[in-house]
Amino acid sequence: MTTLDITEDIVGRGTREGAALFRDWFTELDHTANTGGQSAYVFVMGSINEILKSFDLPVVFPEINSLQTAVRHVAHEYLEVAESYGYSPDICGYVKADVGTQLQGGQHPMAKIPPPSLTVLTNACNTYIKWAEIWERMYKTPVFTIDIPGTRQDGCQTWPGSSDFEADRKYIEVQLRELITVCEEVTGKKFDIDKFREVLTHANTMSRSWKRILELNNSKPSLFNALTDGTIFLGVANGFRGTEEGARYFERLVEEMEYKAAHGIGQTIEEKYRLLFVGVPCYPIFRRFNELFTDWGGTFVNSTYLWFASGGTNRGFEYDLADPIASLAEGTLISVRDAMDSMFHQNVALKDMAEEFDVDGIIYHPIKSCRTVSTGLADGRKHMTDELGIPSLFIESDMMDRRVVSEAQMKNRIDAFFEGLESRHKQAAAGEKG
Amino acid sequence: MAYAAGVDVGSTQTKAVIVDEKGDIVGRALIDTGANVIQAAEQSFLEALASQNIDEEEVEYVVGTGYGRYRVTFGNTQVTEISCHGRGAVHLFPNTRTVVDMGGQDTKAISVSAEGEIVDFCMNDKCAAGTGRFLGAAAAALDIPLDDLGAVSLKSTKPIKISTTCTVFAESEVLAWLGKGKKIEDILWGVHKSIASRSAGLMRRVGINDEITFTGGVSRNIGMVKALEERLEKPLNISEDCHYMGALGAALFALDHVLAGRAPVASAAEVTS
Repeated sequence: MTTLDITEDIVGRGTREGAALFRDWFTELDHTANTGGQSAYVFVMGSINEILKSFDLPVVFPEINSLQTAVRHVAHEYLEVAESYGYSPDICGYVKADVGTQLQGGQHPMAKIPPPSLTVLTNACNTYIKWAEIWERMYKTPVFTIDIPGTRQDGCQTWPGSSDFEADRKYIEVQLRELITVCEEVTGKKFDIDKFREVLTHANTMSRSWKRILELNNSKPSLFNALTDGTIFLGVANGFRGTEEGARYFERLVEEMEYKAAHGIGQTIEEKYRLLFVGVPCYPIFRRFNELFTDWGGTFVNSTYLWFASGGTNRGFEYDLADPIASLAEGTLISVRDAMDSMFHQNVALKDMAEEFDVDGIIYHPIKSCRTVSTGLADGRKHMTDELGIPSLFIESDMMDRRVVSEAQMKNRIDAFFEGLESRHKQAAAGEKG
Repeated sequence: MAYAAGVDVGSTQTKAVIVDEKGDIVGRALIDTGANVIQAAEQSFLEALASQNIDEEEVEYVVGTGYGRYRVTFGNTQVTEISCHGRGAVHLFPNTRTVVDMGGQDTKAISVSAEGEIVDFCMNDKCAAGTGRFLGAAAAALDIPLDDLGAVSLKSTKPIKISTTCTVFAESEVLAWLGKGKKIEDILWGVHKSIASRSAGLMRRVGINDEITFTGGVSRNIGMVKALEERLEKPLNISEDCHYMGALGAALFALDHVLAGRAPVASAAEVTS
């Protein structure tokens, strides 16, 4: 193979293979739905895939199903079904699109979605709890809530070695052992510790790789768009966590990114401004939203979404296979807590990231239908501006509902933001010459 | 003599300004935008030229701004009105550090540097609550010419407290107060105070630094000037040209292009897409 052949083969492989895996995942769900098989409903912030995969339970991420309706421009059809049923326009769009899916017998643009045999959630999002209760009422299947002790005060996280941390870890371990019992009851299978270790091994590979991929994107130019490409990687990270395919995918993704870094291959546009994204993407106009930035040479080099929506697995925590359940509890505490911190205590991480990635600006994107992720963003932005003087932009839209997305108003704000950046750069350049 | 022009196509009105090589305004025009945005841009430009008998060929560069900036088909480039209001305000009032621009469908708070560069900005949310549109709806409900609203409001002796600035509910809100026997001037002063309060909130988000310049169509409303000054406890920079500030800023960006190559130029933040 020539260098050109190698480049053509490897560059973009992650997005191609990610899309293929995504299709495989939904094909499996479709098969499960049509054959009456079992499935587990889980969420991105603490899926506990490691236990569920050891029972061979196909996992359904209703958040991902919902965002897919928005990306495919049909979210309004699902939202209208839920709102006609009585759900308020003001609540989480993910919940309503899922309710719309459930009320239509699992019909979804990508596959028929099977009903839950079991639901597993954490308290990382307060809506998860009420959302799961909807399925509990609809399907009369078990709901298992894992209570993760979050950060009590900004900057005061406890760590292994402290008694407080150990108390929290044990609290989670007890809950995980209960979950294993529930899984045995639901599936009729005995828990297999060897299979569980195998799942953890794959999860370790994925976490290690995911961390590496995110780190590599501080290359100049950056290697992938954290908003668009990153969301594809994220889908695989969630759906295939603990699987051989998932582990292999991420190893190959590391290979691709290292190749791109070594050869100075960046994104498809010339990178003029390196940006951080804070919040949840604008899925109703997903590609267009990104273009509003790339038209100016703005690229997203990292995103808090890749942190919290991967359940904090970006930290790269690796399980100790010698004591797997205890270690899963430790990893769950650290990772899910970190996912919560990525929403509520993100300033320190953002400050580090801004310096490490040499960013030119931070884009804050609060969304109408999720106050959980959006409430603190105005304060966070003010803090970052006051502390670091990094230019930032605050634009509000939604992750699901096209009715509250105004592209013209967004473009106006984004253009003005870049005009300011361009002006700063010109002045800085003039100052250097002077 | 070479000239540069700025055309600000707003949601309600379109403004055109022509400046000479020194940056002084030599021509201006103001028309209602209407349904034909392209035509409004052209007409305002032609009227500004005609106001001082300037030939179109003498205008070497045109910048479009405002929501309809991409409809200024004869323009050379586009710049957002946020940058233009900042640039224009510092040009007219060099000590300006905060700009509040109140237009037909949005209100902007803009923090600017001494050079007129945008430091930060903040705008009202997607709805038009608390903008000029609310005043328009109130004027319609009370059957008072828009230009008289401010003067009437200043006659208030017992202002009422208006709780909403929702444009959709403006009429019913105003009528409800009339039904309670409140005087028109007291209702109107309440409306102005409510909008001023909301605008001050936007300004606090970018930081309120002296001097403050009030721009946009609503800056002609003396009631709003007084209400804002009272709320901020500071005087505002005002001039008749504040209504044209977006177009003036655009013209100054255009002038940068005209002068480029003739002398060192201050940075122009332009959109080329």
